[in-house]
Parts: sequence; C-alpha cells; structure tokens
Amino acid sequence: MNSTADGLMVDKVHVWRGDRHVLQGVSTQVRPGELLHVSGPNGTGKTTLLRVVSGLLRPEQGSVSWRGQSIVSGRTEYQAALAYAAHEPALKGDLTALENLRFSVGLKRRSSAVELRGALERTGVSACADLPARVLSAGQRRRVSLARVVAMQAPVWLLDEPYANLDSAGSELVSGLLQAHVAAGGLALVVAHRELTLACRVRRLELNS
Amino acid sequence: MWTWFYKLASPPYVYGVAAASMPWFLGLAILTIGYGLIGGLVFAPPDYQQGDAFRIIYVHVPSAWMSEFVYTTMAVAGAIALIWRIKVGHAVAAASAPIGASFTLAALVTGSMWGKPMWGTYWAWDPRLTSELILLFLYVGVMSLRSAFEDPARGDRAAALLAIVGAVNVPIIHYSVVWWNSLHQAATVAKLGKPSIAGSMLWPLLSMFVGFMLFYGAVLCLRLQGEVLNRERQSAWVREAIKS
Amino acid sequence: MTVGAWEAFWLIVHREMRLSFRRPEQLLQPLVFFLIVTTLFPLGLSLQLSLLRDISPGVLWVAALLSSLLSLDSLFKSDADDGTLEQLALSGHGLTVIVVAKTVAHWLVTGLALVLVSPIVGTALGIPTDAFATMLLSLALGTLTLSWLGAIGAGLTIGLRRGNVLLSLIVLPLAMPLLIFGAGATDRAISGTSAMGALYLLAALCVFTCTLAPFAAAAALRITLE
Repeated sequence: MNSTADGLMVDKVHVWRGDRHVLQGVSTQVRPGELLHVSGPNGTGKTTLLRVVSGLLRPEQGSVSWRGQSIVSGRTEYQAALAYAAHEPALKGDLTALENLRFSVGLKRRSSAVELRGALERTGVSACADLPARVLSAGQRRRVSLARVVAMQAPVWLLDEPYANLDSAGSELVSGLLQAHVAAGGLALVVAHRELTLACRVRRLELNS
Repeated sequence: MWTWFYKLASPPYVYGVAAASMPWFLGLAILTIGYGLIGGLVFAPPDYQQGDAFRIIYVHVPSAWMSEFVYTTMAVAGAIALIWRIKVGHAVAAASAPIGASFTLAALVTGSMWGKPMWGTYWAWDPRLTSELILLFLYVGVMSLRSAFEDPARGDRAAALLAIVGAVNVPIIHYSVVWWNSLHQAATVAKLGKPSIAGSMLWPLLSMFVGFMLFYGAVLCLRLQGEVLNRERQSAWVREAIKS
Repeated sequence: MTVGAWEAFWLIVHREMRLSFRRPEQLLQPLVFFLIVTTLFPLGLSLQLSLLRDISPGVLWVAALLSSLLSLDSLFKSDADDGTLEQLALSGHGLTVIVVAKTVAHWLVTGLALVLVSPIVGTALGIPTDAFATMLLSLALGTLTLSWLGAIGAGLTIGLRRGNVLLSLIVLPLAMPLLIFGAGATDRAISGTSAMGALYLLAALCVFTCTLAPFAAAAALRITLE
C-alpha cells in the first residue's frame, strides 16, 4: 500500500549553483494533514528546496512528485493545487491590494470581490484593500500575500519565511492560518528561521552545509 | 550503436576522444590546406576575367562556408544540450562560438580584400558580405549573452536558445539581404561572383574546404578539452586527470 | 472551478493595461523618443524635404526600431523585480499563454502607439500621404514582429547587468529582415510602384514569428526563472 501516493514526495534532489552543491540528495515527503518545517543556517538551500518543490527550478538529479505524479509531467494539475509565497511579497506596487489579489488568484480560480475582501479581512488588512500596494508597510504587504495564499484555496502551501516583517499579532495570525489549513487536510512546506510552535503535526527538515 | 551515442554524453569520454583526435585533425588539416594553398596560389592559372585577384576565393569561400557550418553546429549542439540535458553539448557550443566568429571575420576581411580590385573600394553592401556581417553580429550576441550570466549553467542555456533562434533566422536573413540587394542594385556594383571553375582551380578549392573543416575539428578538440575541464572541475575524474 | 486559457489571457492583458495606464508618462516616452530620433536626421543631414523623402523610409523604420527596443526592456523586468513573474509562472497556465498575453498587451500600448504617431513623423520626413496606407500597415506588422523578437530577447536578458544593451545587441540583427521588408515596402509606395510583394513578405515574416516566438520566449523565461 503506497501511502505516499497522496502528498508530496521529494526524491534525492541534487542542485548545483555554479560550483556549490547546494542540495545534496535531499529526500523528504509531506502528507496531507502535515506541515514540514524546513530550517537551517543561511545559505543551506532552504529557498532553493522550496523552489524545486514548486517546480520553478528543475533539479539536476532527483524528482518531486505530487499524488504519485511527477510535477513536471503533471504541471497543470500540480500548479492548480499549489499556493506559493516567496520571501518577497510579490505585489504590483501600482495595483491596489484587492486588484493584486484579483489578478493573481483570478488565474487559479474564479472568485468574487466579496470573497477576496473576506480573505483580506481574515489576514487583518481589509482597510488596505483599496490602497495601492506601494504605500503599504512591509508587514501589511506580507499580510496581503498571505491573503492571496488563503484565497487560492489550494491544498499545497509552499511558504518562504511567512513570519518575516510581522509583529506578534501577525505571527499568531500565520500560525493560526497554518493550523487551520493543516487541520482541514491541506499540507504545507514552511521555510522559517524561527521555531514553530503549532498545534498540528509538524515534521522538521534541517538542512546543513 | 546507441552505446556510442551515450558515451558521447560522458564528459571524460569526450575529453579523451578530443585529446586523442586533435593531432590527427591538425596533421590532416595542415596537409590539405597546404595542398590547397600551393595549388591555388601558385599553380592554378590566373582567371581570364579577374586575373590573380580571384585567388582570394581559396580563403574567402571556405571561410564563409565554415562560418555558417560552425554556427549550425553550435546551434545543434546547444539544442541537444537543452532538450536532452546533455551538458557536453554546451561545451561544444561554447568552444565553437569563437572559432565560428573568427571564420566570419576572416570571410569579411578576405571579402573586403577581394573587393578592392573588383569594385575599387574595400567595402560595398554586397549581399554575401552583408549576410556575413549580420552573422558576425549573431555570433557576438551569443558570446556576449553567455558571458553576461553569473551562473555559467544558465548562461549556457540562454546562449543555446539564442543560437537556435539565430539559426532559424539565418535563412530569413539571407533571403531578405538578397532581396534588398536586388532592389537597390546599382549597375556598377558587382557581386563577389566566383569565376567559372576549371579543374586545376577546383581541386585546390575543394582541398581548402576539407582542410578548413579539419582545422575546425582540430581547434574544436583543443578548446573542447579546456571547456570540459572547466565545466567539470568539481568532479573526481578531473582531479585524477590533473594529478596524472 | 478552474480558469481556462482564454480567460487567463484576457485577465493578464487587463492587468497589463491597467498597470500601463496607471503610469501614463511611461507610455509617452517611446513616442517622444521616436520623434526625437526622427528630428536628428534633418538636423544632421538636410532640411530639404525632397532629399529627406529619399531616405525617409529608412529613417522612419530605424527610429521605430530603436524606440520599440527602448520599451521592450520593461516587458518582463518589473514583474521579475517584484516577484510577480514567479506567481504568473506558477498560475497553472504555462509560460506560453503568459508570454502571449504580456507581449500582445505590450504591443498594444507601444507598437500600436508608434503606428498611430507615424503619420506625423511621415509628414515631417516628406513622405507623401498616398504612401501612408502602406507605411501604416508595414509599421503595424513590423512592430508586432519586433515585439515578439524583443520578447525572446527580454526573456533572455532579465536581470543581467546592462541588460538593455545586450537586448539591443541580440534583437537588432534578428530584426534586420523586417527592416529590409518594411522600409522596402514604404519606399516602393513612395516611388509609386507596387509594395505588395514586400508587404506579403513582411506579413509572412510576421506570421512566422508570431507562431514560433511564443515558445522561444517561454523557454527563455523558463531559463531565467531557474
């Protein structure tokens, strides 16, 4: 019985950046209802691993599969099931928070303005909905990018430093969102420097050089 | 048969083949070019129309042919590397680019030298020369792109894609330049036409073609060794090869 | 409920348009550059319209090429800088649809704008008005083709040092055929002979490029995103 057929599987991934062997045969798996906390010192390839899992970066060797299917051949299904938040909040400065959500979530699923405003409210930035993203603070932008993740309603969350630029209230918000997501059967891969104290199943992958 | 192909994808194997073949290529190249030059420059009779000036074709025409052949090789090697992820292809493409650019430059210079007795000027916008010039720009573009990337692997892939795009465009560029030239053909501008070939002229010319090919092979083997070593410098076989 | 390719295409075009019109000054820059470059020629050569007319197709086209190139640098740059390009790449629609949408939107606000401004430039260079139809058509086809060549170049040079110089270095040799056909068409229209041959060749080049370039540009983006 192949229990890993449901979930993400990373199999012996190798990545070189120039001369550096950044990822040396990394293998792991994340099942639905689980959260994988990727930690390690700077420069050990945490973000690189996240980008490999997202499909943005093709590893020299090794593979990633989702629900038993390679993320390369099953790219469309995988991306539809994926919400990725990079370290940069990835917002267009000239668009409002709501417009940013509309144009990015809108590519994944049809959603109404009401739903998107609801997502912004859930992350505490409903007041920023009609402000251009360039006037928002770093913390507010982080919350808008989290709202985007929430609004995509995707089973797989790949988050790079979601706690960055957030105060303690914001950190509690992120933890709450992660817990709710995992409890509802989603899975998450979170790159974070800090320790995570979450009321859900957390596995740890420590990368070192 | 396919094992030979798979072996070609292995850097140490290619390194070994290049090192072993280089002297053969060079030796044969010297022989054929030597025959071609002596036959063409000394023994072939002067052309009744162009006099001794036509002798430049012994260098100009093979150079021009090689400039295009090497570009195609570079594009194909890059395509193989991109599609099947065979990294040796990138090494071949990177090694070939400066060789091809040099051939292009040689074709332009010898074309210009041919132009002086033919048209009285060192440059005229002849379709052949103009195409060679644009080809030179394409080479420079590929080489500049490769070197502009900090990550050499990405630079290789970007240069390979550009070489493929360029290769697709080369026939289009040729045709458009010929069309343009026919539009604006002034009566005084003559094309760099080859004189009618007699046998004693033909064999040295063919020998030059073969010789230039072999020369490319020799220089490619030489440069390829360097490229492969550079790209594989982290791997164990290179450390072994350096020690020995 | 998943989003289809057409819907994604229109959404991205909508996004690009909204972003372009939020900064209208940026839209004017290539047009002003077009006018400036055109002005350089009479200043440098001659103010006699009859003399200018002889070289006008070439001047017009070179100016249009250079102005288009200026704006092509920004095709992917802004999205690459703020991280939204990655979000687009992971949207589930494949880079090809994204590239088509962005390039078409870019052409609508730059290339098409150049075409609409060209009668002014044409008059300044002494191009007779009965050659305008050919001039406009050839510029429309030419700028569209150039947008596609530029998309490939822009995709390859995102984030490189002096990327815009490299972009021009890469794109201009590839653009020489369309310069030849486009200027050739306009030239024949001015001299009164039929420009249809040149226009057909230009159209063929445009169709060829529009068909193949999206895949090349998507491949370029994939290489850059890694």
